[in-house]
Amino acid sequence: MSEKAKALKNRNSSAGSILKKYSMVIALVVVFVFFTLLTEGRLILPQNLSNLLLQNAYVLVLGCGMLLCILTGGNVDLSIGSTVCLIGALATQMLANTGLPAILIIVISIAIAGVIGIAQGWLIGYVHIPPFICTLAGMFLFRGLGRVVLDSKTIPIQNQLYLDIFTRYINIPGIDTEDLKVSAIIFGVLAAIIVTAGTILGRIKKRKNGYAMENGTLAYIRVALIDALIVVYSIQLANYKGISVMLLWIIAVILIYAYITSKTAFGRTFYAVGGNEKATKLSGIDPRRVYFSAYLSMSLMAGLSGLLVAARIGSVNGDSGSSYEMDAIGSCFIGGASAYGGSGSVVGIVIGAILLGTINQGMSIYGLDNNWQYVVKGVVLLLAVVFDVVSNHKTGKS
Amino acid sequence: MADNILVMSNITKEFPGVKALDNVNLQVKRGSIHALVGENGAGKSTLMNVLSGTYPVGSYTGTIEYDGKLCEFKQLRDSENFGIVIVHQELALIPELSIGENMFLGNERKGFLGIDWDETFSQAEKHMIQVGLKESPTTLIKDIGTGKQQLVEIAKALSKNVKLLILDEPTSSLNEVDAKMLLDLLLEFKKQGMTSIMISHKLNEIAYVADEITVLRDGATIETIDNTNRNIDEARIIKGMVGRDLSDRFPSRKHSVSDEVSLQVSDWCVQHPLYREKRIVNNVSFKVHKGEVVGFSGLQGAGRTELAMSVFGKSYGNDITGSIEISGKKVHLSNPKEAIDHGMAYVTEDRKGNGLILSDSIAINTTMARIKKICNKFGVIDIDKENNVAGEYVKKLNTKTPSVQQKLGNLSGGNQQKVLLSKWMFADSEILILDEPTRGIDVGAKYEIYCIINDLVAQGKSVVMISSEMPELLGMCDRIYVMNNGEIVQESNAKDATQESIMKAILDSEKKEKADKETVAS
Repeated sequence: MSEKAKALKNRNSSAGSILKKYSMVIALVVVFVFFTLLTEGRLILPQNLSNLLLQNAYVLVLGCGMLLCILTGGNVDLSIGSTVCLIGALATQMLANTGLPAILIIVISIAIAGVIGIAQGWLIGYVHIPPFICTLAGMFLFRGLGRVVLDSKTIPIQNQLYLDIFTRYINIPGIDTEDLKVSAIIFGVLAAIIVTAGTILGRIKKRKNGYAMENGTLAYIRVALIDALIVVYSIQLANYKGISVMLLWIIAVILIYAYITSKTAFGRTFYAVGGNEKATKLSGIDPRRVYFSAYLSMSLMAGLSGLLVAARIGSVNGDSGSSYEMDAIGSCFIGGASAYGGSGSVVGIVIGAILLGTINQGMSIYGLDNNWQYVVKGVVLLLAVVFDVVSNHKTGKS
Repeated sequence: MADNILVMSNITKEFPGVKALDNVNLQVKRGSIHALVGENGAGKSTLMNVLSGTYPVGSYTGTIEYDGKLCEFKQLRDSENFGIVIVHQELALIPELSIGENMFLGNERKGFLGIDWDETFSQAEKHMIQVGLKESPTTLIKDIGTGKQQLVEIAKALSKNVKLLILDEPTSSLNEVDAKMLLDLLLEFKKQGMTSIMISHKLNEIAYVADEITVLRDGATIETIDNTNRNIDEARIIKGMVGRDLSDRFPSRKHSVSDEVSLQVSDWCVQHPLYREKRIVNNVSFKVHKGEVVGFSGLQGAGRTELAMSVFGKSYGNDITGSIEISGKKVHLSNPKEAIDHGMAYVTEDRKGNGLILSDSIAINTTMARIKKICNKFGVIDIDKENNVAGEYVKKLNTKTPSVQQKLGNLSGGNQQKVLLSKWMFADSEILILDEPTRGIDVGAKYEIYCIINDLVAQGKSVVMISSEMPELLGMCDRIYVMNNGEIVQESNAKDATQESIMKAILDSEKKEKADKETVAS
């Protein structure tokens, strides 16, 4: 095929490529509308919309960490569900049995997760233990340790400060009332303004430096849609308890990971190792450090999830966090991460996680039993990966 | 009328938005060797895929007449049943299986219960003798060299009762000796009445074996040149391929070698990474001046790539000893990063395996080796700046691509090679080690790569060029080292060297080595 012909081919398929780029968004919209109709609108009640994100907080946080592992070459971390349990168990026991302040306990818990991450990262990166096996061992090990720490009991959390740090709803006296939390709307409008300003400033900078720019109409339509979504969501939140601190935790994690993966040289090393490890090594990047970082960050996120989940449920038992790793892996792949590594994005994971969450919640509201939710999850995951493989095959990537 | 074994008429094959083949005609005489040449993307492989049924009947227009009969192949197996067998450029052998198992993969010799291994291996041996492969059929593929693997592929084709053998770039990964052997084998087959079609970029090889040469350009047949008298002029073929006269195959350059030595490697020894007792590079010393192109010639396995990679931050081998001086200062380079920081670049021979990330864009690949240049002090990438510099290199090197966001996997070999060079030019390299920089790319792109090399040395940079194509070394270098069995056996100025003198140096050292071994043995 001559170069000219290739260029032509690319232009012809640009409409298709836009469709492909936003295929998961479209899928999410379709699924969302479907369940809204199925549940006669109950899915979009303020309470349900609020819970949609909060109930899936752990998937979003774990998914971000898992993305880095998957980027390095389709590697996964199976141990995180158990880490969630172990860290949650340690935190609750410390809260119940020591007089330490809640904040110190949180720091200690995260530090322990860090130690777990360092151990697994070192084994995988520097000793070259296959990630699957190393983290499978971790899965057994930490689950066992978690149950030992809990002494096979369910331990409730009574420390109010701890619960406030993760689950409190923001309530500003004076502007928020029982019926309408105005602070949520203010927060939403601010977020929308920041998104809009960021886009405009970015375009101004590009114009000033004479860089190539994306089609303006397209960019502004996208920003307008995102803004509308944020504002509508914040209005719904305002009608139900307002903004939860947990939502802020989620947003912070997502923003940090999105920034690292898309804007920093450090983030790019994960894509590089997954794309071609030998070439990466010969380009002066040490793949061992990349694996180490991926598994360290994963365990830190598992630790944070352990704390979040413990706070949201209000207690920890030996089965806490069971199969969370699968939810995280699933949302990564539904969100378009390549099973061979080298491609995937945080935005994709957020969409993947919300898609899974919507299906779960939609079916719960509709009254379908839990078993069917697994069936549907499996089908969705399979469809997403089949779609990914087939469309990549068509665009020429082997 | 001549006796044609194959007549392909008016073949047109379209991909979405592209006409890959446009009314192509090809006639191959029975018992001849027919060469198919053309630049990358001219449609040679597409044409052969149409012939073999990889693109089934109906997906193209035109007719294929084989052995006087109209043929409509729906799949690869249909054409194989007629004795048409393709040996692809990229060898399709499974390293962990034996030669015999590979030869009958998908075509197993069945016995009473399952596979008849005795039959398999004795058949394999029979065909291996035909191609002159002296190995046991139970040897694993991973234990034999590329040259022998290529022979296994051909033996595999023979086992399918081949009547028309199609070879796609059969010598691209072979050294000169193995390549010559392969070509002689083709001539031998011809004597026995077999017909072959050979796709190749190596014009000297085509001139040597082909009876007829068909030139394709931009998906159309340009001409068929007769070469029964073996008197074809290479320039004549090139003219047909590029559509213009390429009077000089190597761009001229002012030789302005400075006295300043930019890289001096002394007493360099490297052991094999796995078999530590095996010495791969033995006591090698060499130097490169500023503004100089230094060539490394030798057979495959001479240790040139291993030497280069071990110098480049010890990225190959074990127990490395010796010293490196860069611009007169002694340095220790213990990993690729340190080598890059000292201005060194290793442009790999294996651009897909070791050089580029095919699933990433041109922009990302370009900046990869020194991404700091487009980052602020916190390691945040300025994506706009990245796209801009990548665009500058695309323009400077004349890389053909619709945009810098194009994935590398979608580019042709020559353009991938340009991106690989961009990557190391962007890394501010002062000493560039180019390992087979023109492997598998067409004549036009080769010329452009040569121009880039000349530009680099004109800027005072140093280039080390490893190549298996001797004319290329003779045409481009100031000085040439000849390596054999891990040692430097000759150093000469390029203008004094000839292909013969280089070959002689290699053969002499082989003889000496043998004699030494015998002395030790006795």
